[in-house]
Amino acid sequence: MIRAIRACKTAAEERAVVRKECASIRAAISEDDPDYRHRNLAKLMFIHMLGYPTHFGQMECLKLIASPGFPEKRIGYLGLMLLLDERQEVLMLVTNSIKQDLNQTNQYIVGLALCALGNICSAEMARDLAPEVERLLQFRDPNVRKKAALCTIRIIKKVPDLAENFINPAAALLKEKHHGVLLTGVQLCTEICKVSTEALEHLRKKCIIGLVKVLRDLTNSPYAPEYDISGITDPFLHIRLLKLFHVLGHGDADASDTMSDILAQVATKTETNKNAGNAILYECVATILSIEDNGGLRVLAVNILGRFLSSRDNNIRYVALNMLMKAIALDSQAVQRHRATILECVKDPDASIRKRALELVYLLVNENNAKPLTKELVDYLEVSDPEFKGDLTAKICSIVEKFSPEKIWYIDQMVKVLSQAGNYVKDEVWHALIIVITNAPNLHGYTVRALYKALQTAGGQETLVRVAVWCIGEYGEMLVGNSGMLDVEERINVTEADAVDVIETAIRRHSSDLTTRAMCLVALLKLSSRYPSCTKRINDIILQQKGSLVLELQQRAIEFNSIIERHEKIRSALVERMPVLDEATYSGRRAGSVPAAVSTSQQALPKIPNGVAKPASAALVDLLDLSSDADQAPSSSGGDYLQDLLGVDLSPASQGTNQTEKRGADVLLDLLSIGAPPAQSSSSMLDMLSSGQDNKSAVGVLDNLASPSAPSAQASSPGASSSMMDLLDGFGPSPSVPVAETNGPTYPSIVAFESNSLKLTYKFSKEPGNPQTTIIEAQFVNKSTDTYSNFVFQAAVPKFLQLHMDPASGNTLPASGNGSITQKLRVSNSQHGKKSLVMRMRISYKANDKDVLEEGQVNNFPRAWQLVLSSFR
Amino acid sequence: MGIRFVLMVNKQGQTRLAQYYEYLNLEERRTLEGEIVRKCLARTEQQCSFVEHRNYKVVYRRYASLFFLVGVDNEENELAILEFIHLLVETMDRHFGNVCELDIMFHLEKAHFMLEEMVMNGCIVETSKSNILSPIQLMDKAS
Repeated sequence: MIRAIRACKTAAEERAVVRKECASIRAAISEDDPDYRHRNLAKLMFIHMLGYPTHFGQMECLKLIASPGFPEKRIGYLGLMLLLDERQEVLMLVTNSIKQDLNQTNQYIVGLALCALGNICSAEMARDLAPEVERLLQFRDPNVRKKAALCTIRIIKKVPDLAENFINPAAALLKEKHHGVLLTGVQLCTEICKVSTEALEHLRKKCIIGLVKVLRDLTNSPYAPEYDISGITDPFLHIRLLKLFHVLGHGDADASDTMSDILAQVATKTETNKNAGNAILYECVATILSIEDNGGLRVLAVNILGRFLSSRDNNIRYVALNMLMKAIALDSQAVQRHRATILECVKDPDASIRKRALELVYLLVNENNAKPLTKELVDYLEVSDPEFKGDLTAKICSIVEKFSPEKIWYIDQMVKVLSQAGNYVKDEVWHALIIVITNAPNLHGYTVRALYKALQTAGGQETLVRVAVWCIGEYGEMLVGNSGMLDVEERINVTEADAVDVIETAIRRHSSDLTTRAMCLVALLKLSSRYPSCTKRINDIILQQKGSLVLELQQRAIEFNSIIERHEKIRSALVERMPVLDEATYSGRRAGSVPAAVSTSQQALPKIPNGVAKPASAALVDLLDLSSDADQAPSSSGGDYLQDLLGVDLSPASQGTNQTEKRGADVLLDLLSIGAPPAQSSSSMLDMLSSGQDNKSAVGVLDNLASPSAPSAQASSPGASSSMMDLLDGFGPSPSVPVAETNGPTYPSIVAFESNSLKLTYKFSKEPGNPQTTIIEAQFVNKSTDTYSNFVFQAAVPKFLQLHMDPASGNTLPASGNGSITQKLRVSNSQHGKKSLVMRMRISYKANDKDVLEEGQVNNFPRAWQLVLSSFR
Repeated sequence: MGIRFVLMVNKQGQTRLAQYYEYLNLEERRTLEGEIVRKCLARTEQQCSFVEHRNYKVVYRRYASLFFLVGVDNEENELAILEFIHLLVETMDRHFGNVCELDIMFHLEKAHFMLEEMVMNGCIVETSKSNILSPIQLMDKAS
């Protein structure tokens, strides 16, 4: 069979052969043919090794174990160990067979059973069979004793409670002469000490002198052919003994004292030109480092490591580096001496050694040597293998972060790393860098120029591009103006066009990912106000992204475009510099759990994965210092970021349903504080739009709305957005002029709004049985002499209200009160009796071919039906 | 418990012997073997014999076309394991007489018996070649 499998050229052929074999083995099993059983099982083992399922053979193992012949038993146990494991139920069935075999007189059978038990024993089996094993520790044959010892290791690992029963027999094993037994006995003691402190104490008191003698005899023993390995007697026993010393000496000064002589002897006398000798030395050093303080020995140990380190054998260097990592905790001075050699190892061609050395260097760094070490590492970064760069950059970044003596150095190093290996830098790292940059106001100019320079040479490094783009966006004017010059800097001349060029290249680069492009867009928006001369060009670049296939970019491009074109006045306020990001909260969050860091860092630093939408919205929100709930809106879609900005809450439900164009409309609407009533979202908005626009398409509506919006924005916000904010400042306690009309049980009609040109009357009624809902009939009367066309009435209510508007009776309002438009509004108050109705409205129409816009606010309506006519323009 | 698994793999990456001392299901074993073998086989003679993989350290040594891979935990003495591999090979050599891949394939159970005599539950039991081989020779005589 094996030949057949070997002959197979492809995996498919091999599978076919295995399937056939499995079928025939199954058939043999069902025929229950005892002669071929063990051969079948051997085949099964092979099949299992190749990684095919063999569970059907498990019962066969049990049968073989139960059979009397030794060869059958032998193979049965082997099968048991290979094919089964402790988690399978079948194992319970085997306990009895093992028990019987443990009680046999034939040492080989007992050995087999012990061996199987040692390899697969489960906790239940451990409890059941522990007494047998304990008895076998005193069996006359050494081969059985050694196996029993290892079996005990398994048992006490599975059931630590049983350890105390084994302390005395284990200690007895240490007096053995037979190497195998001694070896296993020592291992057993080591394990017992790990699970039981009682045993540890006992062994420290009773056995340590004996053990030292054993080791001494071993070291000085004459040639023993049985156990000799390249001139050294049984290095394995040496190592195990040293390991036991390691455990015994750790944290116990007396024990450490007792063993220090022999350790010194081992450390000095062992041959070092053979691997076996080095293995012993290595273990000896490990033991010396872990036992209680002994200055002389430690120096000896570190010296040995130094010798290892300069060895030409890679294996030895590897273990030396490994051990130095432990030594550094105890005696960093001694390790520092080998710094140069270790740095060489970082540049080794062997990946394992490099990795170790890098970790060691990382531990070696302290305040004093951070600068030279970082320099070495950064220099090496340039020539290192691509697959090693990831690790290396991570370590450099963390060294730089931890030990940077001053911010300028930190920024310098990071810029270097980013330009060498920007593609390997993790997100947290450049986020942290940006935070540091914002926190160093005197370095803004320097940083942005340094980044600009770096970008010229290393434009392909994604993270470098991101950081640079961000900084240029934020501090663009410093780049051009050469402001905040430091002494060490050279002057560079960058024109506004150059800076825009850089960003344009970045946004056009094919390899730029979504995040980078989105950051470029934001930067461009910011530059549009920083560089007045380039506004036109920036707008063009942004417009190109209108055609982007990525919805996010497309939408953002459209929005930014409209900000640049139509909202000249508020733009500069919108794109002000980011406030200084809080270092402490950010690092605190980073230290927290990872998912938390991801979610919270969106607030701390609004340029985070998946948050392509976030940067702009959160940035702008921060900018205007709005309440925090604005940026908690889940999955804030592009449209509502301006809504958030202006503090108009739309319920999330409505956001999802909006389509892009409508969202665009929302933005403008909301900019002008005509937020769509929350629950009805776009449909109601369209209702009211269509009433005015005679069912024009949504885009048409948008255009139509957009055109009056621009002047109005200007009109309503002369200069700064702050006044706009006031204007839109919700339904709070705005100074209102109470117009007490009538009190009484009837629902009188009231004048909700009156201006020189327009009068709006509300008539109230209630739906029977539904006190929450008020039906308002609005009647508009034209007081001027011009006919109003395109008359649109829009209203907004806070969240706890629901507003439904029926279509208006018409969109033309005849002059001089010769007619009226009526429109029905239905308002449901979810907090009826607790809160009053409030409403804001906006009326737009065309009079004399001029667009007119009127706005007003109605407060305090219900209960007493007092109507308040708020201030308006 | 030092040794987690012992693997013998030929140059083509086919497993020739596998013994695990901790529980892994078949699927995990196959992926682990695949990953480790790919890692080790890619290394050159000059590089050191230790590879870190997941939470294991793999100590490996190459004899002609056969790789011996031993997975150990982090506390283990790597140099000693290297020595152990050599001992294992010497033992097999003494039994089969100039051991080769085919010997191990066709006498898989014997190879396992030897390993079983040397390692139990991840600990080294016996390091004397004659002690290891005596039960196996006894069995050969009997059959």
